[in-house]
Amino acid sequence: MEVNDIIKPENLVYQKSRLMAEKQFNFCPGCGHGVVVRTIAEVIEEMGIEHDVIGISPVGCSVFLYDFYKFDVVEAAHGRACAVATGIKRVQPDKYVFTYQGDGDLAAIGTGETMHACNRGENIVIVFINNGIYGMTGGQMAPTTLEGMKTTTCPRGRDVKTMGYPLNITPLLAQLDGVCYVTRHSVHTPANVRKLKKALRQAFENQRDKKGTSIVEVVSNCNSGWGLSPKAANDWMVENMFKKYPLGDMKVDGKLVMDMNAPR
Amino acid sequence: MEEREMRLMKGNEAIAEAAIRAGADAFYGYPITPQTEVMEYLMETDATARTGMAVLQAESEVSAINMVYGGASTGHRVMTSSSSPGISLMSEGISFIAGAELPCLLINVSRGGPGLGTIQPSQADYFQTVKGGGHGDYKLLTLAPSSVQELADFISLGFDLAFKYRNPTMILADGALGQMMEKIYLPEPRPRMTEYPDWATNGTPEGKERRFITSLNLLPQEHELVNIRLQKKYREMEKNEVRYEMIQCDDAEYVIVAFGIIARIAQKSIELARAKGHKIGLFRPITLYPFPYDQISELADNSRVKGLMSVELSAGQMIEDIRLGVEGRKPVGFFGRLGGMVPTPEEIENALYEYFNIK
Amino acid sequence: MAKIRGAVTVDNERCKGCELCVFTCDKQVLGMSTAVNSKGYHYAYMANPESCIGCTNCGIICPDGVISVYRVKVEE
Repeated sequence: MEVNDIIKPENLVYQKSRLMAEKQFNFCPGCGHGVVVRTIAEVIEEMGIEHDVIGISPVGCSVFLYDFYKFDVVEAAHGRACAVATGIKRVQPDKYVFTYQGDGDLAAIGTGETMHACNRGENIVIVFINNGIYGMTGGQMAPTTLEGMKTTTCPRGRDVKTMGYPLNITPLLAQLDGVCYVTRHSVHTPANVRKLKKALRQAFENQRDKKGTSIVEVVSNCNSGWGLSPKAANDWMVENMFKKYPLGDMKVDGKLVMDMNAPR
Repeated sequence: MEEREMRLMKGNEAIAEAAIRAGADAFYGYPITPQTEVMEYLMETDATARTGMAVLQAESEVSAINMVYGGASTGHRVMTSSSSPGISLMSEGISFIAGAELPCLLINVSRGGPGLGTIQPSQADYFQTVKGGGHGDYKLLTLAPSSVQELADFISLGFDLAFKYRNPTMILADGALGQMMEKIYLPEPRPRMTEYPDWATNGTPEGKERRFITSLNLLPQEHELVNIRLQKKYREMEKNEVRYEMIQCDDAEYVIVAFGIIARIAQKSIELARAKGHKIGLFRPITLYPFPYDQISELADNSRVKGLMSVELSAGQMIEDIRLGVEGRKPVGFFGRLGGMVPTPEEIENALYEYFNIK
Repeated sequence: MAKIRGAVTVDNERCKGCELCVFTCDKQVLGMSTAVNSKGYHYAYMANPESCIGCTNCGIICPDGVISVYRVKVEE
């Protein structure tokens, strides 16, 4: 059988979601953002909620999120996505509202808004991309940057004595009563992408069932900021990022399932 | 024959009651003296039970204004109220709301500044409201009530103007208005919205193109067009929305210019002066933006008018706009109290005599 | 006995040459072209098409969603 015989519409088994707009991603080649953005679209398409969903884009590499989707998106000021989401959800409680935030947006400038939206148990989905660096502005230190990791604002490596410790924020948020689901994933292998998709689906279903806040963290690469090729960046991520930010569920259906005594 | 219900109300409570009656969809706020009673009243009266409107105490003013931004993006009537330091915190959010061309209602129950300042009234947020505050070229359509009745009436007016121009409306009140009690006729209730503007991001119906809201544009050519569009809006506001009141200006030789609580006090000053035979009038801007430059200019042109005096609870902010309208044709005096102090009618009266050497 | 045969298409213009699909493919189907697209990126292509089983792993891992995957059962 020739390749041309296989490539026929009736044989199609995978393509990107029809909810993706024409605009090309501004992400660097190999960046995990692209996979997460596409996976969210797949979940929304499969759940059939594209007419009832409002996404909130952050400030960061994904600032142009609204250009990539064919559903409603609102741009938020840096760090404020969870407050904007609250503002939307409280007047439109039947719509699906999700935020998409990086480590600066969620864990630096937005810590207050994030924490309190979670504390209120807002029925929203928070998608948190953790790549340990500020990509868009050129690779500065983030709250989640690892000890010893080099960035443009810690060129000799993060010194915890003067710059503080890597902030493992999702286990902290998991302890809030308003939060029903906290889980951490990655997108460096297809198996992990499939797990992420299941987790996102669960998160949106939690919102449908009004169970409180769902947080889906994705530990991702930033090959440009880390100065590595995409493949090498993923390998480095597995070696180093996963140690501090291990994958897995932290809270499911309102119950903590992580080891509270494990070092964080 | 007045049909509306009459009630003795505190300014802050009148704001809240008027908000419910104006069909507001949400109030997102944070406690700060002297306006905390607005949210307390909404909670106490259970606004949510009355009309379904959302009332939420945010964790900070920064959060509150961003909740307003979110609610506004869905085309609902959303509002907040705060006081000077809180409004400073909201500056970024206000700029974003204006830049994204969203409607909302903001209320500043001003207190003395700068910094933590005092909880007593002031008018020193004039520049912040009318000239800047947040970054970029935007304007806030600004209403300055000088009675609890106006405070209440301006709520639905403020919402309507906000939706008319897709721009925030600011009600610039002060601590005196917020705290004082007056009898008011309650506005007639109107229902909350059931249909929303085409531009709103509230989930796109089948067959309609999706919407998005942003104030970001990296291409200067395009962003200039955005700014030009905003400016066109502001020229429309300047043409159509100027509001003012003139009291006894027909034969006035000296005109006091004042807004808000000072305008109330100045009315007494004029009474006292007239009793002594002096021909004094009061010009009260009701919109601070758009400022009634034309009317000020007419007064300056009038050969009978010998001078104007700005009286403010500040070191002199509105006086700059008066001078712009007067264009040097007549002297413009100033009297102000600072730091939350409020003048008596006699103080204003004497300041006028002193400045213009009136015996 | 039936055999699964797969094939993929790559949107050459949108591919950014990150090579993650090449590394992800368990059957070493994919390679990078020597040609470049208008942005200067080498793009992925089926260097070894007979080995493709249409598992969709490359499609899933592609950050830019430029890969579409086809699969058919072939009677031997």
